[in-house]
Amino acid sequence: MEITELMIRYGELSTKGKNKKYFIKKLNKHLRSELVRYNDLKITFNRDRMHVKLNGEDAESVIEKMHDVFGIQSFSPVIRVERSVDAAKDAVIELMKSHYSPGMSFKINTKRADHSFEFDTHEINRMLGTAVEDAFDDIHVQMKNPTVAARIEVRERGIYISIDTLQGLGGLPVGSSGKGMLMLSGGIDSPVAGYLALRRGMEIEAVHFHSPPYTSPQALKKAKDLTAKLARFAGEITFIEVPFTEIQEQIKKVIPEEYSMTITRRMMFRLTDEIRIQRHGLAIVNGESLGQVASQTLESMLAINAVTSTPVLRPLITTDKNDIIDTAKQIDTFELAIQPFEDCCTIFASSTPKTKPKLKKIQDFENMLNVSELMTNALNGIKIEQINTETNENKKSEKTFADLL
Amino acid sequence: MIYFDNAATTKTDSTILSTYQSVSENYFGNPSSLHQLGERSQQLLSQSKKQIAHIMNISEGEIYFTSGGTEGDNLAIKGTAIEKMDYGRHVITASTEHPAVIKSLEQLETLGWDVTYLPVDKEGKIDIDELKNAITKETVLVSLMAVNSETGSLQPLKEVGELLEHYPSIHFHVDAVQAIGKIDLNLNDSRIDMAVFSGHKFHAPKGTGFIYVKAGRQLAPLMSGGGQEHSLRSGTENVPGSVALAKALRLLMEKKTHNKVELVKMKNLIINYLSTLDKVTVFTPKESAPHIICFGIKNIRGEVVVHALEREDIYTSTTSACSSKKKDKIHSVAEMGYTKSEAESAVRISLSYLNTEQEVDVFKKAFNEIHSQLKLIE
Repeated sequence: MEITELMIRYGELSTKGKNKKYFIKKLNKHLRSELVRYNDLKITFNRDRMHVKLNGEDAESVIEKMHDVFGIQSFSPVIRVERSVDAAKDAVIELMKSHYSPGMSFKINTKRADHSFEFDTHEINRMLGTAVEDAFDDIHVQMKNPTVAARIEVRERGIYISIDTLQGLGGLPVGSSGKGMLMLSGGIDSPVAGYLALRRGMEIEAVHFHSPPYTSPQALKKAKDLTAKLARFAGEITFIEVPFTEIQEQIKKVIPEEYSMTITRRMMFRLTDEIRIQRHGLAIVNGESLGQVASQTLESMLAINAVTSTPVLRPLITTDKNDIIDTAKQIDTFELAIQPFEDCCTIFASSTPKTKPKLKKIQDFENMLNVSELMTNALNGIKIEQINTETNENKKSEKTFADLL
Repeated sequence: MIYFDNAATTKTDSTILSTYQSVSENYFGNPSSLHQLGERSQQLLSQSKKQIAHIMNISEGEIYFTSGGTEGDNLAIKGTAIEKMDYGRHVITASTEHPAVIKSLEQLETLGWDVTYLPVDKEGKIDIDELKNAITKETVLVSLMAVNSETGSLQPLKEVGELLEHYPSIHFHVDAVQAIGKIDLNLNDSRIDMAVFSGHKFHAPKGTGFIYVKAGRQLAPLMSGGGQEHSLRSGTENVPGSVALAKALRLLMEKKTHNKVELVKMKNLIINYLSTLDKVTVFTPKESAPHIICFGIKNIRGEVVVHALEREDIYTSTTSACSSKKKDKIHSVAEMGYTKSEAESAVRISLSYLNTEQEVDVFKKAFNEIHSQLKLIE
């Protein structure tokens, strides 16, 4: 007997009142795009549940995909049988087999949406319960905290039976909370920040600063590969490469060393914000965590943040490094992130950056730069690319390699 | 020409050779170099490893490229010895192992290690109880070959693995050079900690190979240097060789099921034929690898038969072509309980998927002549 559909529970979405429909539609849209390659699969939804009807598609690989979709609180593999108690008995026993251990307890929990069915819920509970007791040795019914609870739903189109409840990722469907620009460096933190933003329903676009020849093509590739990892949860992600060489060279030339970091970060914020405006984003997201490095003291943040009034979201601000690393491992970005390529934050880095920069001084120094010209040049050189779970570059070289192999 | 000496080495497949050439020309960068050329080589190398891992159902991190079987065996044995010398200095192996194993162990003996050489039965198998009795607190390594290169005998790896489950700290090394594509090792589910493979035994170029080291097992490196292969095997990577190896493995495994059937068919044809002949003994046991047939004509030295067949353009081997002068000690046929003169008569035919039943017929015809001539001499 095969799994015929997956039943999805929304969890938090259910509390969204009038907006609920909007969130559910977003989830539906995202789920559809995640499962697009399964031609025969059908998704339907109502206020309380979403149903993925497999129509013969492979349950295991669909279930694997579902584990990457935000907005799903939990889901259950379901077997649908015809509206007969005998068929339901067989299905319950079949599902129970993989959970059976001697001495276990169970209960049958029947709901009857279709009241025209010949038996009521008590009768069904009793009949199926007896059938299970007869089929297995040393098993007993227990109403409170049973080892396994089987859910039976009698509807017009059949009887739906499920045992497992698999936890989803929770959160909100991607795209339901508007768009933000993720400052993606290539380190451990920013992909995790991106992941957490996605979890709260944000759509993200990745902004990466590239300073050839001070930063390598590998560092750029690494940022794209990290974006590809996030695409597993987001679907396609827009990757924006910002040329940053000229700005870094100018800063190196005219700004005293201990202020170069602060001013570099301010330039990055200005550029990210400008890109946000052009691309209709609503916020900036970054991987800053309080006190981690010189730019992440409150004094630095105040000085750096002063260039914009746009909300700067820092999902990791109070998270310890070890916890960040745990999440990075969980979303498979850690191994990539620790590859040792220089990024914009490490080149030209001062050995004694100001941890308590003074805004007045910063403004004086910045007057020595032609900020608007530098920004225009950088913005004119932006390269935009769509990144999926596999980057185009990787796809291309894998194809070339596969021909050799 | 009929090439029946595939356990010695195989002909490099032409498509594999063209891969080798193309990689040599287009991906010559050193994988450790910072620039794009190096990066590309690195990516290609890592994709080769991925492919091997996928085919063998093991993880990439468990694969280390080597130069072949001899290096692999040396690394597994001496690497274990160095790594575990503070825990114990006793190794158990079989008396019929390849020289790469035996000579490595002899070297350890001169350094004060104890080595137990288990005897084998008429089938070439060790006895599990004898193995069990040989294990001491000092034992750090058990080294056995999956398929004997001279006779095709199989060691009871599964039973050995089950026994060693009770001795979790002992390294279990398997020389799998003759086994790949011929018998299933299921490394992932097995107790085997290290398995050694050589590319030129399955149509990849010479100088290629890899060693499997189970995740969590530690070996000391024999080659120290630039830290390649996770510092277990330093030295600039052989990118074209490794890519060719990965391709050869794919070609081998894609046709594995079909090839096995064909090999067994040919092997049985040859064994059935030889069994009908007067004064011919087949040393290969019934239960054996599908590609090796070891036999001899009574009182005729093996090399005589090899040369006689060579005149008919058929290439076979006396046992283990790796070395011609060998102590009796590592002569598998003698170890299996045959007499010295029987052992010296041994000739080995070893097949590959390139051989055909037609070639078997040609061989039979030629051997009829040789046999009727030689059996008179005795």
